[in-house]
Amino acid sequence: MKNAIKPLKVAILGSGNIGTDLLVKTMRSPYLTCTLFIGRNMASAGMRKANELGVKISDQGIKAIQDDPACCDVVFDATSALAHIQHWPILASLGKHVIDMTPSKIGEMCVPSINLEDESSAKNVNMITCGGQASVPIVYAIAAVQKDLEYVEVVSHIASRSAGPATRINLDEYIETTEAAVKKFSGAKHVKAILTLNPAVPCVDMQTTVLVQVASPKLAEISESISKIVSKVQEYVPGYQLLVGPVLENGRIVVTVKVCGLGDYLPKYAGNLDIINCAAIAAAEHYAKSRA
Amino acid sequence: MQNQERSVLICDPTLRDGNHAVRHQLTAEQIAIYAAAANVAGIPIVEVGHGNGLGASSLQVGLAKTDDKSALEAARKVLTTSKLGVHVIPGFATIKKDLRLALDVGVDVFRIASHCTEADITERHISYIREHGREVYGVLMMSHMASEDILVEEASKMQAYGAEALIIMDSAGAYIPSDVTSRIEALVDALGIPVGFHGHNNLGMAIANSISAVNAGATIIDGTARGFGAGAGNTQLEALIAVFDKLGIKTGIDLYKVLDAGDIAEKYLVETLPTISSVSIVSGLSGVFSGYVKPVNRIAAEYNIDPRDIFFELGRRKVVAGQEDMIIEVATELSKRGRNERS
Repeated sequence: MKNAIKPLKVAILGSGNIGTDLLVKTMRSPYLTCTLFIGRNMASAGMRKANELGVKISDQGIKAIQDDPACCDVVFDATSALAHIQHWPILASLGKHVIDMTPSKIGEMCVPSINLEDESSAKNVNMITCGGQASVPIVYAIAAVQKDLEYVEVVSHIASRSAGPATRINLDEYIETTEAAVKKFSGAKHVKAILTLNPAVPCVDMQTTVLVQVASPKLAEISESISKIVSKVQEYVPGYQLLVGPVLENGRIVVTVKVCGLGDYLPKYAGNLDIINCAAIAAAEHYAKSRA
Repeated sequence: MQNQERSVLICDPTLRDGNHAVRHQLTAEQIAIYAAAANVAGIPIVEVGHGNGLGASSLQVGLAKTDDKSALEAARKVLTTSKLGVHVIPGFATIKKDLRLALDVGVDVFRIASHCTEADITERHISYIREHGREVYGVLMMSHMASEDILVEEASKMQAYGAEALIIMDSAGAYIPSDVTSRIEALVDALGIPVGFHGHNNLGMAIANSISAVNAGATIIDGTARGFGAGAGNTQLEALIAVFDKLGIKTGIDLYKVLDAGDIAEKYLVETLPTISSVSIVSGLSGVFSGYVKPVNRIAAEYNIDPRDIFFELGRRKVVAGQEDMIIEVATELSKRGRNERS
């Protein structure tokens, strides 16, 4: 290990797809070590995977942290927005740094390629949504060139199989949280987020398109600004790639990115789950480095 | 069965699906004119809105000239006997932004739609409308992309969420009558709610498919004036009513007045009468959403590519409704491929 940093102790709350994939990513990080993996059912696929990996597991939910507060410095909450609203006061009173994977909108919204610096001071960091992590860097790069954006739209397509029951039941929250992030990072007056599930087999990769209408588009400058931020995103999301644009089509600036997952716990097509987890790991690593 | 008195409930999405044909440019005035004519003809349900329904005005699909509130209010004022309907796709429309507004304006019938395999995204929206005491249907779009078994499974979910009827859409105009018969029969057998069919005319089959649907037990049929709708258009309502009259199928609609409504639509709404263009045929054959015809034609011209190649490539990628941005990506890809082949 070239940086002689003692790894930060991390607990993962939630043993679903997101939590389990985060565990695999945490184990690869020199800055993080997972000291407790928490679910509710010892027999679940995520718990068995954690057990196989030799990680300490608990089926006691948030109580596992209350019973042993020294077990961790950082908590990834990969449960649900509703559960996170209950978890947050408890974790705050225990002085934990929390990275929220749910669209609860409690904490500071974080997109690592944009505002990691602000993030180290926040105690509750919100990772927005998968579509937010994919689209906001592009939106931000465009807004850096085209001031006073009136309207920004972001459209994502994900593979049906990568959308679990929580995503499906929380479609409205996905839209509202993504729109809040796009608004915050673009300064646009009006924004719209759209999500489509595609059931094609073999599964499609996650794709996100940003659409902007401006009076006098500066395509060359936008292109440069986007290519810079794409490289920055690629530092923590290796499967992030620019697919189309920026092009001007029918009076719209169109930019499409594609996200291939790392295939850690989830299949490669689940780029939507991969990107939010990669972003969360980047946020946690930044916190680890800032404390060192 | 032929001898029994049969009746069918007609839903008319001229002012919604027709918006696809004019790039979502219908005005409040046009909406009021046609809605009034439909009301006089006794059409039971008049659906109004952007082509992709509530909350769908977007750069992705097309910005609507008239916002949802003004469009719905324009129709609401003149619909005294016909019910006012909306099409809702979760992923575009949300409860807070869009359903509440439609409830406030006084929409009577909410048709909550998803791609044919994704019914579970409609659960909250369907229950929300039920809780508010309005009529709510489930709609499975692009239904040619799923087998009878899958459609029954997805439709049953919508029924469990509280849908009071279930419509399957042939959004790509891809069906031939035997496809419709087997699907509708399976749904009628499995469900305890009325089943309906929404046709498109890409392969010239819309009326024939609608008749097959009724013969297989469907009791709700969609049709639009002059077939005004996405791509090659929908099932032409005036012709449909005439055929139903001939078959002794009751609709409660006055033939002369629905013919008048068709004339009014042609005069006030339609830019070009729907035809089964070469590109629409390919859209039907490749099973790609009819609403893509306009953007595909535009982008094909800009990128100097055969629009038919774009459709077949979109079909190969199994795109669903709402993925219009894929057209540019496919055009970029095809144009690169073309350059490589030439060099």
